[in-house]
Amino acid sequence: MEAFGLLVYGFSVLLTWKILALMMVGLTLGIFVGVLPGLGGPNGVAILLPLTFTMDPTSAIVMLSCIYWGALFGGAITSILFNIPGEAWSVATTFDGYPMAQQGKAAEALTAAFTSSFVGSLVAVLLITFLAPGIASFALRFGPPEFFAVYLLTFCSFVGLGREEKHKTLISMTLGLLLAGVGMDTVSGQLRMTFGSNDLLRGINFLVAVIGLFGISEIMLTMEERLALRGHAARISLRVVLKVWKELPRYWMTLLRSSVIGCWLGITPGGAIAASFMGYNLAKRFSKDPDSFGKGRIEGVFAPETAAHASGTSALLPMLALGIPGSGTAAILLGGLMVWGLNPGPLLFVEHKGFVWGLIASMYLGNVVGLLLVLTTVPFFAAVLRVPFSAIAPMIVVSCAIGAFAIQNAMFDIWLMLGFGVVGYVFKKIGIPLAPFTLALVLGNRAEDAFRLSMIGAGGDMRVFWSNSLVGSITTLALILLFWPLISRAIERIVRPLQPAR
Amino acid sequence: MSPSKDEIVVEDPSAPASDSPALASNRAVEIAVSLALLGLAALLALDNRRTGMSWDSTGPQAGYFPFYLSVILAAASLFGLVKQFFPRKPADKTFVTRAQFGRVLQVFAPTLAFCLATQWLGLYVASFLLIAGFMAWVGRIAVWKSLLTALLFSLAMFVTFEIAFDVIMPKGPVEALFGH
Repeated sequence: MEAFGLLVYGFSVLLTWKILALMMVGLTLGIFVGVLPGLGGPNGVAILLPLTFTMDPTSAIVMLSCIYWGALFGGAITSILFNIPGEAWSVATTFDGYPMAQQGKAAEALTAAFTSSFVGSLVAVLLITFLAPGIASFALRFGPPEFFAVYLLTFCSFVGLGREEKHKTLISMTLGLLLAGVGMDTVSGQLRMTFGSNDLLRGINFLVAVIGLFGISEIMLTMEERLALRGHAARISLRVVLKVWKELPRYWMTLLRSSVIGCWLGITPGGAIAASFMGYNLAKRFSKDPDSFGKGRIEGVFAPETAAHASGTSALLPMLALGIPGSGTAAILLGGLMVWGLNPGPLLFVEHKGFVWGLIASMYLGNVVGLLLVLTTVPFFAAVLRVPFSAIAPMIVVSCAIGAFAIQNAMFDIWLMLGFGVVGYVFKKIGIPLAPFTLALVLGNRAEDAFRLSMIGAGGDMRVFWSNSLVGSITTLALILLFWPLISRAIERIVRPLQPAR
Repeated sequence: MSPSKDEIVVEDPSAPASDSPALASNRAVEIAVSLALLGLAALLALDNRRTGMSWDSTGPQAGYFPFYLSVILAAASLFGLVKQFFPRKPADKTFVTRAQFGRVLQVFAPTLAFCLATQWLGLYVASFLLIAGFMAWVGRIAVWKSLLTALLFSLAMFVTFEIAFDVIMPKGPVEALFGH
């Protein structure tokens, strides 16, 4: 029960007026980000990151993670009331949420969505509380070869398990790793890929790229579409909330299943989007009455929302314990850690106890406060959509520019952001995924350092990656995942003739 | 369904027409992107070869890791390029229609102008111009509303970043008038 004691300590770090106020600010901003078109979780967090530069790390991470919880909650509002998923992970919520709103049950659907989000993140936070310290202390024994193997595993699983075309994932990832290498080489001090430019000397900042790729490109993509919308206003009364909560235990199986799927896909780089669809599809498959799905069934709201939140939250587990983000947003939070002068990785649990446990405690508190906040303020946030996009779009552009400039006080970064905006727009339209790029850009230098340190240690012998059972099995697993599509096809070809004909 | 008080309706009068002719096909853009990436990969590979891409006594040189990454990037782009010439599905999707591209330019051109203006006028004045101009011209919102919104937003940003959080932004002649 060591974790419990540390958690109490975390709460004691958290319970100051300043941090609680920052929490409310973060949650409110986050719901805004989730509701507004053209702004998602990752870019919301990236744009608002500069606000935290002068804060102490604990306040900063609490505010930023609350923006993230808020965005997760906010995505459901537009899906249910307007049939417009504010975030990609709330697409599955529209399937049953919008029909419910059309039948005049918008309040029930919203309550169901918020409550199941809360349940999903609660399960994931419990997982983090009890699993992360163990993983971190295990990882303390890791040397450079082990760390490189874990990075390799992360990259390979993106290529092997991603749903996008393999060569496109590979393009996105190598591009990210290459851009991470621009500037001064940390091992030898040599300059590389700078082409004599003083601006490139600093390297390409990860957050600048993210703000361009997600913020600016998203505005261009949103402008392309028809922006007219029509939806329902809603008000949630206490009676409805209690009614939905009374029904909740009946769906414990759906909630549990979705939580497990979400946690699994959150830790591995499957992501909240895949989790929400999988949660929905499995709930439908195991239902006694699958045909009623898509026509306004409350279970169809519970399933995807629980999975999306469990996944979004558990994506922070590998980030905290190993320094490897499980999602795009987690990657940005990781970028934040470095800005605040913390070194992500297992040592965080030893050197910055207050920070880590403050963050974990804030996940509990943030979700409770967030739930109460969204339940009471839905009508207000739904009305935010009345604000025309032509007013919101330039404000987002300005916020992006402020964010990009503030990181290194460089005008060059604003131009870089604009360039990445165009790249992001084109990449998204031809299906080159951006998540591997983000991940590679933030992990690139660390992965390369780990590789070169292990090479220096082993005298250039590649066998160091199979030198003991731990590093050997991680490396092998990475290679299996990389070639997984080929392997699974081969297995199928061998197994199929062996199966009896039906 | 007529709008009642339980409904929120937002119109978009300048929405891109759905029958607008295609400006570029997905295939054309994919080919262009593959070629651009190939060029980038070649450029980076050459630069890293110059830096040193082999092993010396202490391990891999600075260019080793990025050199092989650019080789992988080149291979993946080449694969994508070749794939475009052997289409499995004959139907080619539209990358962007003329009307859509017009809308994208409507937001891209002002953003470009905003970045330029930031260099000379400072960020806050540029943001005032961007928001007011965008709302009035693109959004066709009443001029006084646009000006007021832009002024309030720029002031709020100034107070938040410059005064409350000490985040320094590029500033121009107007801020200098007020002694900042």
